[in-house]
Amino acid sequence: MPAGPATPAVALHGLRKSFGTVEAVAGVDLEIADGEFFAMLGPSGSGKTTVLRMIAGFESPTAGTVLLGGRDVTRLAPFERDVNTVFQDYALFPHMSVRQNVEYGLRVRKVGRAERRRRADEALRSVRLEGLGDRRPAALSGGQRQRVALARALVIRPKVLLLDEPLGALDLKLREQMQVELKALQREVGITFVFVTHDQEEALTMSDRVAVFDEGRIAQVGTPAEVYERPASPFVAGFVGTSNLLTGAAARDLLGRDGTFSVRPEKIRLDGPPAGDGETAATGRVAEVVYAGPTTRFVVDLDAGARLVVAQQNLATSSADVAALRGTPVRLAWRTEHAVPVPDPVPPTQLSKESAHAYR
Amino acid sequence: MTSTLQRSAGGASAVRGPVRRLSAWLHRHAGVRLAALLTAPLLWLVVAYLGSLAVLLVSALWTVNGFTGAVVHQPTLDNFRTILSDEVYRAVTLRSVGVAAAVTAIDALIALPMAFYMAKVARPRYRRWLVVAILTPLWASYLVKAYAWRVLLANGGPVDWLLGGPGNGPGYGLTATVLVLAYLWLPYMILPIYAGLERLPDSLLEASGDLGARAGRTLRAVVLPVIVPSVIAGSIFTFSLSLGDYITVQIVGGKTQLIGNLVYANIGAANNLPFAAALATIPVLIMVIYLVAVRRSGALEEL
Repeated sequence: MPAGPATPAVALHGLRKSFGTVEAVAGVDLEIADGEFFAMLGPSGSGKTTVLRMIAGFESPTAGTVLLGGRDVTRLAPFERDVNTVFQDYALFPHMSVRQNVEYGLRVRKVGRAERRRRADEALRSVRLEGLGDRRPAALSGGQRQRVALARALVIRPKVLLLDEPLGALDLKLREQMQVELKALQREVGITFVFVTHDQEEALTMSDRVAVFDEGRIAQVGTPAEVYERPASPFVAGFVGTSNLLTGAAARDLLGRDGTFSVRPEKIRLDGPPAGDGETAATGRVAEVVYAGPTTRFVVDLDAGARLVVAQQNLATSSADVAALRGTPVRLAWRTEHAVPVPDPVPPTQLSKESAHAYR
Repeated sequence: MTSTLQRSAGGASAVRGPVRRLSAWLHRHAGVRLAALLTAPLLWLVVAYLGSLAVLLVSALWTVNGFTGAVVHQPTLDNFRTILSDEVYRAVTLRSVGVAAAVTAIDALIALPMAFYMAKVARPRYRRWLVVAILTPLWASYLVKAYAWRVLLANGGPVDWLLGGPGNGPGYGLTATVLVLAYLWLPYMILPIYAGLERLPDSLLEASGDLGARAGRTLRAVVLPVIVPSVIAGSIFTFSLSLGDYITVQIVGGKTQLIGNLVYANIGAANNLPFAAALATIPVLIMVIYLVAVRRSGALEEL
């Protein structure tokens, strides 16, 4: 979803940040369009949170610029920027009631008492917390605190809302529910959301576009489908989804081509009808069977010399059935276009990556 | 079920030797364990600590025969009547409370920025050294420090010289007493505030700035309210230590008298132990009132 003619809500140019000898962010260029739901995905230590903190103004970059709505804010303090943050630990003021927390930003901006109250109640309603305004944050559940943090940030109507691992502290059920709610809330308020997560599923389900971070750089930016179906590097293929790579001799034997290829586990058919037109066939032996409720994952050692994970829906099978398959020979098949070529990282990148490793 | 488990546990431990058997036995007898753990400290608390307080209160009700100097073991409220009616004791009490309050206020004012720097500004690896630096003065003898200040404050001494010549400094007296006590008890104020600030997540400060507040507002609206209990915890130390002090005031206080001096004089020169005990109940009473007042603030959980 490119920005189009409009000015991007957030633009980062050549952003770098070093802590001592460690380069946490090693040159990030990024444009986030107005109204976009944007995810920054990566393993811990990949620099995504540092980038978020530089957008908010909590860290100042070692080099590069941060533009918000076209304005250079690189050297401005957090209180001078039209962005707000939902913190990972929510950072609710413990000595204030929920309503006072939500009103804090308005009070700082000298909004009148009646107006303040009205807008705070409205914000609490939008996150479905009406009636809890007089409680202290300590008397709320994790999910409720998260909503208060959201209301507190949204009530001052920032241009951009930054969310640092917003769902990280919630349990699975609540997380799934909040994913849906956050998405709906964003559509409703129309504010640009930039959120940091290490959970690839969360990034794929919620965002319009995803930036995958690796070692302080962006490895790939694209829609969830692009990032998942056409990973730009072996790292992206492995981090977003299961890494199923065919290289070297295995790629030559099976696909008749040189290079590195990724096949997603759910694209592979196990012991089905023989490979037809436009399909690639392979044989192998089941090395491991992992039963996971709705699906079963088979780890298959190919006769051609690679190892692939195959995910099968448990349409008719149960855990007892699949366990017996361990060690048996199987036939695999997938549509040829689903073996996606994965470009190897450009050599200079790899060089600097290694030097970054050496520093740690 | 339980007995089976115990029997099997006992059987197993018999093989492993007497120490293990004792441990296993204690594991099953929680009451004995607790008694073994707490008997000694409880004895200390009840006999040595509460006991001595009780003796103090009881002896405050006795009097001394003015002629022989012998203690008369007859309960009477005469001592307290004297304290309440005599102008001198009221003045000394007020002065002592004033000194303790001034010392507490000065320490709080100095400790807040210092603790804030230590907990939030200084790099983590320097923090440890700053804490050590705060604690180091406590290793030196109280007397040495008080006499060092006597030298500093002497007529024509370094403090006078710094302020432009002999007689310009505070000299010995009430001001010097407050100054030296504030110096002596400062670590006891810094450390609780430092601990309180260290527990204050950085994200709270960032959130306040993020929501539009400048540093001053963040300090006023977020930092101070959150660390009030820590300041009160520190004030309990500085206030009670100042209230009971009588050595500093002897060394740098000139003619100034505090409650402690009166107690000391009655124990020594006046040889009136019961009256000294009665006087000593004043700071105890003030501290009890103070503790009850601050209990509501939650400060006692900070200690």
